[in-house]
Parts: sequence; structure tokens; C-alpha cells
Amino acid sequence: MKLVIGIVRPEKANDVLASLYRADVRGLSISRVQGHGGETERVETYRGTTVKMGLAEKVRFEIAVSDDFVDTTVDALVEGARTGDVGDGKIFVVPLERVVRIRSGEADQAAVTPQGAAQ
Amino acid sequence: MNAINTGDTAWMITASALVLVMTPALGLFYAGFVRSKNVLNTFMMSAAALGVATVVWAVLGYSLAFSAGNDFIGGLHNVFLNDVGFTPRDGQTIPQLVFFVFQATFVIVTAALISGAVVERMRFGAFILFMILWILGVYAVLAHWVWGGGWLADGGVLDFAGGVPVEMASGFSAFAAALVVGARKDFGRQAFLPHNALYILLGAGLLWFGWIGFNGGSGFSVGNPGVLAVTNTLLTPAFTLVTWFILDFIRGRKVTAVGAATAIVVGCVGITPAAGYISPTWAMVLGVLAAIPSYLVIVWRARTRLDETLDVLAAHGMAGLTGIVFIGLAAQESWNGIANGLFYGNASLLGWQVIAALVAPAYAFTMTFVLLKLVGRLMPLRVSAHEEAVGLDIVEHGEEAYATGEGAILMIDHESLVEQPTGVR
Repeated sequence: MKLVIGIVRPEKANDVLASLYRADVRGLSISRVQGHGGETERVETYRGTTVKMGLAEKVRFEIAVSDDFVDTTVDALVEGARTGDVGDGKIFVVPLERVVRIRSGEADQAAVTPQGAAQ
Repeated sequence: MNAINTGDTAWMITASALVLVMTPALGLFYAGFVRSKNVLNTFMMSAAALGVATVVWAVLGYSLAFSAGNDFIGGLHNVFLNDVGFTPRDGQTIPQLVFFVFQATFVIVTAALISGAVVERMRFGAFILFMILWILGVYAVLAHWVWGGGWLADGGVLDFAGGVPVEMASGFSAFAAALVVGARKDFGRQAFLPHNALYILLGAGLLWFGWIGFNGGSGFSVGNPGVLAVTNTLLTPAFTLVTWFILDFIRGRKVTAVGAATAIVVGCVGITPAAGYISPTWAMVLGVLAAIPSYLVIVWRARTRLDETLDVLAAHGMAGLTGIVFIGLAAQESWNGIANGLFYGNASLLGWQVIAALVAPAYAFTMTFVLLKLVGRLMPLRVSAHEEAVGLDIVEHGEEAYATGEGAILMIDHESLVEQPTGVR
């Protein structure tokens, strides 16, 4: 099992959701985060105070999947999030030690498989 | 020539202030409906009207609407407020300067209203250029038709506070603007939710507050028409609000807050043309009737590909049209001192009201369509798809409404820093 973490542009978050849905990836969490990844800084002005915005808004996807499903998930994230400009974000795949589905107590492989999906 | 009446003048100055606050109120109302990345841009379209519309009105628009001219448009006598001073206009008891200020607050809020059709994708500069042309080519012309001695006024059309130049003009112009500018990029594919429904409610409440001056001032005195208009401006929106509750409940088993805010605006619009012409009893009836066409258009619009984003056509166009036609039915000479409607034995008024209800929307729609096509020849009307995704606050204004400030680095030009005097921190 792996945890796939995708950090993407907020304006592409809906496209990512759509492409994950098309790839049959269910079960995910998202959060709004701020970060910096070498993109050009935005300049804003407030009543004569000019500031460089060093951190950009991003959306972080967290998706726990079985090993077979990692490539599909990563491809879907890339497809939905890419614009080709600096600042498109990154994907991290990290090993998962244990997963428990709270409702049923199912563990690991069974817990990351969506309900009703073929094993 | 009439003498100045100080009571009338004091009320008209107050009423002008009440109408002026409607534009920031509208900005708040509209800003609540859009996504948080477009809040400032949406509000700025209203704020821009405070500046641009006033300038255009003072320089040329007021003269085209209210100085003597032909049946179609006024003359150039009052350009740059030439000859607009302390003397009243014919039949009025307030200085013409106060009349100018009051009318200026009307054109400001009307110009801002149209922005509701094109928020979240239209370029700020293109909207401002369009606004200038629209004030001269549509608002001033229609205001002249009904208030400045134009052909509708000659025919006997009654429009107390702006069913023609304000409500129907903005509503049907919004319809045309939505068609020319086109839908937002993910329209129909993605749901756009209001980012803050409280702003919508607060904006609607402030609009109603201002509308007391909008309608109440349109008698230009503290006499009976003004008193009747103030009363009706309380009654009609209240009846619309309750009717809307019932319609909402029948349709979805829930009474919605955004619906309530919409109902307040619809009721205020409905009574606008009729405020000083119909009895309080008929104003209550109008409150119920005005809700229905607007409600139906809102429900219909949501099922189409037409991204008339904030439903200006439904709230202003339809309710304004209902109010204009209703005058032809329920006007009562014993209340307004001018004319009866069909219910009181005078069918000819209804005929003229219907003509106004056909001609004004057609003129506003066509002119807006043409003017926007013209602006589109000179500059792009909308931002790029990428900029639309980023949001117009950052793209157009370089600011955010809800900036966190985290990671913001001050950019200081060190050479320009003034040395602090010693002893002062």
C-alpha cells in the first residue's frame, strides 16, 4: 500500500478531481496548503505597501491506494494538474504501514479498496 | 418659476445620500455571490461606477437626459453642468444642483447593476469603456424618454422611479451582455457557490434601506407622492419576501436565505416604477405578483446555457416590467392626482405602459449588444482561461480579499526611505 500525496494548483483542483474520478480513484482527502516551489513570486500592492507573495496557495491531495493502483493514481494526478508552467506542483508516493477502515474494522488491503470494487 | 422649499430640499439631499449607499450595498450583494478569488473585482465594478458614472453624467449624460432637446434625446445645454445652479427646474421646488446629484446617484447604481451579468470573467478595462458608452447611449436616452420630455413621457407613460431607464434597461442589457461576453469557463460543468451568503443578505438589507430614498425621493418633494412611495417601498418588498418564502417552500421544502435576499431586491424593483401611483393596497398585491415572473425566470435560467451570472434579468428586468405594466392596471387618480389605470376606467394608460414595456427592453438589449460588440473590436472583453482560473482579484487588481499575509515579503526601495528624525521611533 502506498500513500500518494499530490500538491497541485488550486485552480486545477477541479480538473484533478475529474481525472481521478475518471480513473476510478475513490476515497481521497484534500486540504488547502501554502508552499513555495520556485515559481515566480506574485507582487501585490496594498495602499502603497508593495509585497512579494513568497508562498503560493496549493491544494494537497492524499490518496491511499494498493500497490497495483499507484501508477493509475499518479497518472491521473499528472493529467489533471499539468499546465506546463513552473508551479504545477509535485507528487510524493510514500509507503503505508497500516490502514484501518473505522466503520468495519477492515485492515490494510481491504481498507483501501473501495466498497463494491472487484478485489 | 417655483420658489425653493427648504423641507423638500432637505429631504432630497437625504434621499440622494440614501441612494448613494445603494451602490456599495450592491457591491456587497454581488460580492457575496461570487467565489472568493473574484470578490474585489466584483465589488470594484460597482465602485468604478461611483467614479466613472458620475464623471460621464456630469460632463455629458445629465445634459443628454434632462436638457431640452427632441423626442429622442436631450440637448447639450447642460454639458459640464452649464446653467445648473440654485434655481429649480420647471415644476420643482429644489435647486437644480440637488436634482442633478439625486439623478447622478441613479445612473451610478444602474451602471453597476449590469456588472452582475459578466462578473468573474470580463476584463475590468473593457467593462469601464462599456459603462461609459452605455450611460450615454442607453441610460441617458431612456431617462430622456420618460423623464426628460421624450416621446414616452409625451404619450403619458408613468414611471415614478425608473422602471424604464433603471430596471428594465439594466435587466435586458444584462441579458445581452451575458450573450456577448459568454459564459464562465467551467459554467455548466462545475457548480459555482456563493462564497459568503451573509454579504448577500447584508447587501440586500442595505439596498432596501437605500431604496426608501430611491423611490421616496422620486416625487422630488415631501408631498403626497413621496409619502406614498415610502409607504409602498416598505409594503411591496415585504409581500414579495413572504411570497418568495412560500414559493421556496413549495419547490424545495426549505426557505432559503439567498432566496430571501433576492426577494427583497425583486420587491423593491417591482414597486419602483409604481411607487407614487398606486394605493398601498395595490402595492401589497403587486408584492405578491412581482415575485412570480422573477422566480420563474431564475428557475428557467439555471437550466439553460445562459450564464447571466447574478440574474439581473430576473431580478431587475422582469420585476421592472411587471411594475411598469401594473401601473396601467392599478393607477388611481385619487392617490396619484395624475391618471387612472384600467381598473378605474382608463384603458389608454395601460396601452402606453405596455408600449414602454416592449420598447425599453428592446432598445436596451439591442444597444448593449451593439456597444459590447464595438468594445470587443477595440479590446478583448474577457480575461484568458488561465487568468479566469487564477481569479480576477489578483489578475486585474493585484490584491486579494482574504490575504493571509503568510510568506509576504515587504519590497522596500531603500534609497527612497526617508531618514527618521532622531528621537522619533
